Amino acid sequence: MPRFTAENTILAKEIIGRYPHPKSALIPLLHLAQEQDGFLAEDAMVHIAELIEHTPAEVIGTASFYEMFKREPVGDYLINVCTNISCMLLGGEELLHHLEDRLDIRPGSTTADGMFTLEDVECIAACTEAPCLTVNYRYFHKISTDEADQLLEDLRAGRRAHEIPKHGTLARTRQVIPAERRAGAAVPGECGQPVWMTPKDEPEDAPA
Amino acid sequence: MTDQAAPGRDVPQMITGRFRYDDAHTIERYQATDGYVALRQALDLHPEDVHAEIKNASLLGRGGAGFPAGVKWGFCPPGVWPRYFVVNGDESEPGTYKDRLLMERDPHQLIEGVLIGAYATGCAQAFLYVRGEMALAQERIAQALNEAYAAGLVGKNVLGSDFSCDIVLHWGAGAYIVGEETALIESLEGNRGMPRLKPPYFPAAKGLYMQPTIVNNVETMANVPWIIRNGADAYTAHGAENSRGTRMFAVSGHVKKPGVHEVEFGTTTFRDLIYGLCGGIRGNHVLKAFIPGGASAPWFYEEHLDLPLEVGAVGAAGSMLGSGAVVVMDDTTDAVKAAWRVVRFFARESCGKCTPCREGTNWLEKILRRMLDGQGRPEDIALLLDLCDNISPAIAWPPKQTTICPLGPSAVSPIASAVMRFKSEFQAYCGGGDVPTSVTINGKAYLPPEGAPAGV
Repeated sequence: MPRFTAENTILAKEIIGRYPHPKSALIPLLHLAQEQDGFLAEDAMVHIAELIEHTPAEVIGTASFYEMFKREPVGDYLINVCTNISCMLLGGEELLHHLEDRLDIRPGSTTADGMFTLEDVECIAACTEAPCLTVNYRYFHKISTDEADQLLEDLRAGRRAHEIPKHGTLARTRQVIPAERRAGAAVPGECGQPVWMTPKDEPEDAPA
Repeated sequence: MTDQAAPGRDVPQMITGRFRYDDAHTIERYQATDGYVALRQALDLHPEDVHAEIKNASLLGRGGAGFPAGVKWGFCPPGVWPRYFVVNGDESEPGTYKDRLLMERDPHQLIEGVLIGAYATGCAQAFLYVRGEMALAQERIAQALNEAYAAGLVGKNVLGSDFSCDIVLHWGAGAYIVGEETALIESLEGNRGMPRLKPPYFPAAKGLYMQPTIVNNVETMANVPWIIRNGADAYTAHGAENSRGTRMFAVSGHVKKPGVHEVEFGTTTFRDLIYGLCGGIRGNHVLKAFIPGGASAPWFYEEHLDLPLEVGAVGAAGSMLGSGAVVVMDDTTDAVKAAWRVVRFFARESCGKCTPCREGTNWLEKILRRMLDGQGRPEDIALLLDLCDNISPAIAWPPKQTTICPLGPSAVSPIASAVMRFKSEFQAYCGGGDVPTSVTINGKAYLPPEGAPAGV
């Protein structure tokens, strides 16, 4: 099963190089693996362990702490409904129950056709736009049950593919640090006082 | 989002001013609207003078704890290098909705603030930690950083000066606790996001890789360019003593017009926010309670409406402004259910490191759930309060901790508030008349008469 592709391996090494210690790249690389495969495959985690020179157990140890990392495949569309206090006050639970009925699944499970996974989630920072949900982490604000039905229909028909990438893809633009513009990772033990931090009492900075 | 300023006074929109433009996230719009002017000004000053300006502005941290940013910057031990600058964009306190807007709508403002902060404090590298779920914020910041690198504004020799600093965009993967600064650092090191044992109390002493590390919230850093452009005096001309400048508040729940508003800090009142800017309570309903500063904050009621949005005043009244999240509940709200929902959040998000939090929050959640399911027992109210007392001794405010971080004690706030204020609602879930009318734990009497101010 999947390790990183050749292209993603190059990218992974570039990401590791941004950090003073390779292990700091662990969460970004787990996201990259999830973007590649839609979930975290075991071999991908083994590959990450090799790249950051840690054990697979440490990789799984970190991955299992964070709820966005899925160690089993999920549906094409991960629907996260907020039921926290602001959304609860304005119908978040009813919206969740409506989707449970429509999809005939309970939160945390996936439809038989593999298209939808439903989750009830904690506050997603859209409190003034309650009730709200996200599909593959794209926001839908102030959504009624009718609008939710329409959304499901659109997703089934593939009409939202341009705005909602597949599960695992977050930002569609990657940060690129051009080699000639790069200041470099500040590695402990290798860095002294930055040049611009010269003491104030040196002549060039003294008041006239 | 609106462009409305605080009622009654002409207050500049210091950090949301560009929200009126659809293209505010682009470098073109940013540079056409005073963008990167402050960075140029800062680079002409000695780093110590830039630091002094922020200190003089009395800029309070906007993440929740409200610690002065300029003072925090001064905690780096001298002569220890390298130092790191970390921005906490892991906004996830229930009710809080401001940092996502600042990152999605005006990412360059944040980047400029970070560059100025790194220059002032001698940080050789900066990390922008964005909440994992916020895909658009990550995308906008990635685009903005790419533009800024290409324009020579970030990285090696910024604007031709001797100041060099990379800003690395980093994101989380779904864990509220990572908003706690030492947990965020653990996460940034590639570990499970569990808070570190204190001391050291401040990452400025020992943070990322045990090096001096400044951790500031997104909204805090978004204020920095305005302060440098206009000066600390212009900044402190707005707001109240100990609460300077402006602040963003998200008002959600049962109001006619929920919204995020940047208002004058310290002088605006809860009434101005809830009844002025947000149009009052929906329909023909009346206010029952409101959460003044995120799910961790004890609740407020009608009698608190005229309190100013000022750190000291809100603290003295027994709660906190926290992360600027005001959640309004009208008379249709079931106090037990609202308390349960907030407690459930803390139970789900407990990292599991400290026993009182890991076990206590889950136990509280189960008792409340049992009550809501019609299985409440007469002794449950006393049990709830006893558990609260175990997690946060004497259920005091500010909370006394039995845990490494404040997450566990935060779960006590909504219960203490709701039980004491809406005793009869809890009693109704616990068998009505058979419920004891007072509870004494460790010599402290709880459950005052119905309607009395909460004893926290």
